[in-house]
Amino acid sequence: MRTILTLAAVRIRITLRNKAFLFFSLIMPMGIFFLYGSVFAKGKPEAVAYLMGPILSFTVMGTFWGLSMQLVTWREQGILRRFRLAPIAPSSMIISSIMANYLLIMPTVILELLLARFIYHVTAFGNLISVFVLVILGITAFGAMGLVVASVTNTAQETQIINQLLWFALIFLSGATVPLAVLPHMVQRIGLFLPATYFVYGLQRAMLADAQLYTLGTVVVSLLAWAVLAAFISSQLFRWEPEAKLPRNAKLWAVATILPFLLLGIWENHNGKLLATAAYMMEGRPTENTPPADKR
Amino acid sequence: MTNPVLQVENLVKRYGEVEAVRGVSFSVDEGEVFGLLGPNGAGKTSTIEVLEGLRVADGGRATVCGLDPQKNPNELKNEIGAVLQATSLPDKLRVSEAIRLFAGFYKRTRNPNELLRRFGLEEKRHSFYNQLSGGQKQRLALAMALVNDPRVLFLDEPTAGLDPQVRREIYTIIEELKREKKTIVLTTHYIEEAEKLCDRVAIMDHGKLIASGTPRELKQRSGDTTRLEVRLAKPAPKEALRQLEGVADALEVDGAYVLHCQRTAPAIVSLVKYLEAQGNELVSLEIATPSLEDVFIELTGRRLRD
Repeated sequence: MRTILTLAAVRIRITLRNKAFLFFSLIMPMGIFFLYGSVFAKGKPEAVAYLMGPILSFTVMGTFWGLSMQLVTWREQGILRRFRLAPIAPSSMIISSIMANYLLIMPTVILELLLARFIYHVTAFGNLISVFVLVILGITAFGAMGLVVASVTNTAQETQIINQLLWFALIFLSGATVPLAVLPHMVQRIGLFLPATYFVYGLQRAMLADAQLYTLGTVVVSLLAWAVLAAFISSQLFRWEPEAKLPRNAKLWAVATILPFLLLGIWENHNGKLLATAAYMMEGRPTENTPPADKR
Repeated sequence: MTNPVLQVENLVKRYGEVEAVRGVSFSVDEGEVFGLLGPNGAGKTSTIEVLEGLRVADGGRATVCGLDPQKNPNELKNEIGAVLQATSLPDKLRVSEAIRLFAGFYKRTRNPNELLRRFGLEEKRHSFYNQLSGGQKQRLALAMALVNDPRVLFLDEPTAGLDPQVRREIYTIIEELKREKKTIVLTTHYIEEAEKLCDRVAIMDHGKLIASGTPRELKQRSGDTTRLEVRLAKPAPKEALRQLEGVADALEVDGAYVLHCQRTAPAIVSLVKYLEAQGNELVSLEIATPSLEDVFIELTGRRLRD
């Protein structure tokens, strides 16, 4: 445990000294915040409240960039080898990196909530406990996804390419950029296979409909299952050495991380409840009333 | 009364088709400085990295402090310290943070500040890793290797790529550790490093140990003869050179001839006469007492540094 805390503390320091990090986790999220708040929502409190889900999702989902790049460059440069000489388990490396990310991302999340309150005068943030639980789950899950990416790639360049592909899928097909409800039907159906979609949806439900954690059961359980699976797989595929070869079935393992959302996607595509609720949140007055789709 | 802290029996390490280490055996006693001397690619690093637990052997047995590097990796890592052939740390990590970070991983630790002082890094304690010079990085690597007060210290090419002055600094540090009776295993392709620092040296080439002993023993092996290293304008048959008065043996190494002679003066005279008779010219001549380099040349027919 002491090892994990020591590692996490050092990771935080190193990351804060990295200019790219400041850009991706402070400047970019702030840019998106003001773009959404002032341009898309025209500063109207209800509209800003509706967009807080996507804004926070951007901030949280961005975590996987830093984590995957750090892991792959540390391996590529032989930094992990030096760590390996000390009695450190791969799990300590993994847990400490995710833990560091809680502390690195949380201030931006809180700042965004405060700015929404004081600049755009958003008064109702729904169920903040649900919001924070989802944020923590999101940091864990998307971070672990980044570690899996770093595990199946050998160079920072390869990692970048996969990150870009994932990033575009996550932000454009999930409702984080364009609301899910207005996306073409085909895209909506694809979006239902992406964790990001559930993440954005969960945050919006928590903030707009005051959703309790248990009513967000599907979202919470699926994100949790995904986080645990991805963290487990990244620890199985962890490589200290730059020249260590990927086990032949590694890519299969990595693909296994899509399982929870593959199943959920099939289910949601079948019953259409989430899409209906998303449409309702978009048009209707977000109230504490149960949306029609929930009445069945 | 000595007891080996490190034992290696018939160690084998392969990389695909390539057999880097081919049945190496040796042991190192407590408090001894043991050197693996050999050219690049001889299998030194592979051997030492198996002992550090960084690589898995494909055959044979190795124990360090009675521990198997693969079966008890964590216990082993608490007992050893190591400087890798190339150490790298995150660029934006400060010197004092690096040493504290690593101190945090062990049960038994030495005072990080004291280590920084000892290695002359006190003024650099707030510098980022990427602001350090090569010598400072290597001193930090040494300080980090000692942070758990290890029983065995592995140094893989500790002075490779450093300029002569820094190299001497590192020698002083290693000599100090030697006085403290630390067990040290080091690899090197520098003759003087092996001669100066090691109690015992094993010469390694093509994955095998081809000789071992104290530097003195190894040199005695090659006889108490003086070496004449000569370069000639035209090649000369080795047999003819061997026939010269005072010359015991003649070898050809990288286009130069090395003559072993019991008596130097007559050998030079007879060599000059011979060359004159042949219409050959003397390009250079060097007189040397036997060194480990000669031992290496005799055993392999090659120079250590290519």
